[in-house]
Amino acid sequence: MRAKGALALLALAALAGCSEAGRGGATAARPGMTDAAPSSAALAADRQIAHTLNRLTYGARPGDLERVRAVGLSAWIECQLRPQTIDDSATEHLLAELTTLRMPIAELLREYPRPDPKLREMIAGGTMTRAEMQERYPADKWPARIAADLQAAKVVRAVTSERQLEEVMVDFWFNHFNVFANKGDVRWYVSAYEREAIRPHALGTFPDLVRATARHPAMLYYLDNWVSARHDFVIPAGPNRGRKTGLNENYARELMELHTLGVDGGYTQRDVTEVARAFTGWTIDRPRVEGRFIFRPLMHDQGEKVVVGHRMPAGGGQDDGERVIEILTQHPSTARFVATKLVRRFVSDTPPPALVEAVAATYTGTGGDIPAMLRVIFASREFHGADAGLAKIKKPFEFVASAVRALGGRIDAHGGLALARASAEIGEPLYLAQPPTGYSDRAEVWVNAGALLARMNFGLALATGRYPHVTVDLAPLVAGSDPRSPADVLDRLLANIVGDQAGPSTRAVLAAQLADPQITRLSMDDRGPANTDVAKLAALVIGSPEFQRR
Amino acid sequence: MSTPTADPRTRRTFLKAGGCALVAYAAAPRFLLRAARAAETSGKVLVAVFQRGAVDGLSMVMPHADPGYAAMRPSIGLRPPRRGESEHAVDLDGFFALHPALASLVPLWENHALALVHACGSPDTTRSHFDAQDYMECGTPGVKSTPDGWLARALRTRSKSTSPFRAVAMGPTLPRTLQGDVGAISMQSIDRFDVRAGADTSARQGFEALYEPGVRDLLHGTGRETFEAVKMLRNANASRISPANGAEYPRGPFGEALRQIAQLIKAKVGLEVAFADMPGWDTHVAQGAERGQLALRFREFGGALAAFAQDLGDKMADVVVITMSEFGRTVAENGNRGTDHGHATAMLVLGGGVRGGRAYGRWPGLAPQQLFEGRDLAVTTDFRSLFTEVATRHLGAAAAPLFPGFKAAPPSLGLFA
Repeated sequence: MRAKGALALLALAALAGCSEAGRGGATAARPGMTDAAPSSAALAADRQIAHTLNRLTYGARPGDLERVRAVGLSAWIECQLRPQTIDDSATEHLLAELTTLRMPIAELLREYPRPDPKLREMIAGGTMTRAEMQERYPADKWPARIAADLQAAKVVRAVTSERQLEEVMVDFWFNHFNVFANKGDVRWYVSAYEREAIRPHALGTFPDLVRATARHPAMLYYLDNWVSARHDFVIPAGPNRGRKTGLNENYARELMELHTLGVDGGYTQRDVTEVARAFTGWTIDRPRVEGRFIFRPLMHDQGEKVVVGHRMPAGGGQDDGERVIEILTQHPSTARFVATKLVRRFVSDTPPPALVEAVAATYTGTGGDIPAMLRVIFASREFHGADAGLAKIKKPFEFVASAVRALGGRIDAHGGLALARASAEIGEPLYLAQPPTGYSDRAEVWVNAGALLARMNFGLALATGRYPHVTVDLAPLVAGSDPRSPADVLDRLLANIVGDQAGPSTRAVLAAQLADPQITRLSMDDRGPANTDVAKLAALVIGSPEFQRR
Repeated sequence: MSTPTADPRTRRTFLKAGGCALVAYAAAPRFLLRAARAAETSGKVLVAVFQRGAVDGLSMVMPHADPGYAAMRPSIGLRPPRRGESEHAVDLDGFFALHPALASLVPLWENHALALVHACGSPDTTRSHFDAQDYMECGTPGVKSTPDGWLARALRTRSKSTSPFRAVAMGPTLPRTLQGDVGAISMQSIDRFDVRAGADTSARQGFEALYEPGVRDLLHGTGRETFEAVKMLRNANASRISPANGAEYPRGPFGEALRQIAQLIKAKVGLEVAFADMPGWDTHVAQGAERGQLALRFREFGGALAAFAQDLGDKMADVVVITMSEFGRTVAENGNRGTDHGHATAMLVLGGGVRGGRAYGRWPGLAPQQLFEGRDLAVTTDFRSLFTEVATRHLGAAAAPLFPGFKAAPPSLGLFA
């Protein structure tokens, strides 16, 4: 009992430290300031922290490494796995003006109605000017506002939230259970989808994620299950009364291929049809007024089904779908599929099989507990291995967020929306992956000529203060360096942005830049390189090969 | 058809451009060599268009004379052709008809520039978009481990050109089919394809130098290709070339992609293979018939292809456009006036030496016993047969490594004279 109590106390202490560790209070050292030459053990520990920050967050901010060092790496990871224990009021404050984030679907449908098609006709016919239309139908009441708010919020959270791992996992699971914000009524459902189906379970259990997404109007609409009915169903009422409808396989197929078993997980076309039959009747109550899940027994196929070898007796009703989710989420293929994707996100594009097996075993042993699986990954040899550092290419969104964080950027909601455009330009428009696969987590998809130039251009605009609604603060990145020595300034800058990961050639190239009169020009009072020069160096570092990796 | 030797003006332009580059960049001789070589290649261009999401081939090219068609599609079936009626499908050869929203392609059919291959697809039976696209792009149905794409392999065997613009994908990412060791590049827009630092050239030089060192990885390799392409494009001034012959591209990313591919062709930067994709074909619900969701996609699709052919005019003699999609859709409409994932679909081949105005391939029929797995249009032409013919006859690529493990069954389709 006593030992247990002591453990609980320890855990409490660790938790109490969470907010402190996150916020970086009095204990945090100033970035880059060290009194004596650190030991090699300390260097190795710091490298481990830097690597972990690279993988579990949207990149380190100036001072993050020191803050994690102060609380200890494993305590910090435990805090990140319990996001509700971390104070995040500063981010919540920034999100306050994005009012649609918190609105229920019914209210969004009411407040942001679809444009009256007559308006378009009137403009085309010349009976109304664009200005008149703007007045009657101002842009901030368009349904597009909903996705724009969500994009802005995603950026604000990635850049500023102390609950970094939670944000990483929300992105990961949204992408796993992808919906496309521009498909029909998903426009009104998408923010509720992230808020209700993804976020509460991002560090919960995998079966809960499947259950929550399966019945969410956004998923029901995106993968068409809401219109899927038994093969002989005739619509009993409403404008389509008397119309014959029937089975739609879209959700059933993607549920197995992309959400649970994986494409080689051992199902057949027959299983697709059977699963589709099981989910008939899972639909949306008044999609353009309420937008709520409802089970409609009349649409449901009451017959017997056989799903990947499991017989489901006739008359199951709504439970058919629940039973299918149970069968699929307990299937060993699902354990392996989910483990593979997690390991690919956190370790390598080619997931080490032994680690995948270990994570899959944890899935099976814990009923798909996500923190348990993550703990296995974070403690693994593969995660910390010598070849693990910078092994992953940052996705465009990860790149954008990490660049802003690295340069100590401050943003508000407008900055969030502006940065969402940067992510789109580099290849990842937020919430707008059209196929159900979501965005790829592999390097070869993201490394290409146009995208690389877009990354460099973003780095330039950001570091030189030209990116709208974003303020960067470069002074702390070179604080403590000898202002008369450009080389010392460069060393400090590199250390603060890419740690000790800058390759010798990158360092040499940047050092050569210092010989360029445009860079080494000193400021008027001769105290050091002018800010514009530091900005250019910072831009080059953001565009360097090292910074494209995490 | 133009001669395979380079236009002397072009060559002079490149040498001049190379000279400029030599002044600006100390390490330019390799670039100079590349540019000169690029102008010496045959000038043949293959444009591959991917209709992602599985286009309904039976709506794109309606088999109006097949008695099975109408019964299977009570609400989404097209009205059979009737002379002078624009709301009906447009007859091509008495058996097939184009969707009315593709009417802009009819003149190309009539002057024998456009051919079609129906019931074309993969021998693999997957109905997964992702897998089927992957198989079609790497060219190895059923094998996922293939490291490169078939278009990349087509290029590798073909010529000695080292232009950074040999292979270009218009879009934010490099498609699977162009992955491989051929230095294919992707771009969203010609205009924005540069380091944007105003008059300050040190930033561009700095970035370039960061990717110059001898590291052999994807990132550095891509960086080096990128900067060669940037220099060449700046000299060629491609973005200043406007559409010719009154061509009007439809608004939207696909029209934009084809417009810019035409610019690259006219700028003579050594383009050999271009790739563009158009999403939005996964019509599970309310796909519509003569009008509706799918018709809108066809209007943009056909309009862009027609504008491209018009824009290039005589230059189309050296260009072939081929359209593809990962699979077709169910013959019968589903319960939601849409179609689910199916098997074979229709593909178009346009331009160059194509013997157009004809449909190729054997029609398998729509009677229940003729359908694949009782529900889908059967595949009678393996997509690899079609692609092999286009790559070898038009590009002059070697057949052998294009599709490992595949031997096209003779006779060939006979698309080329």
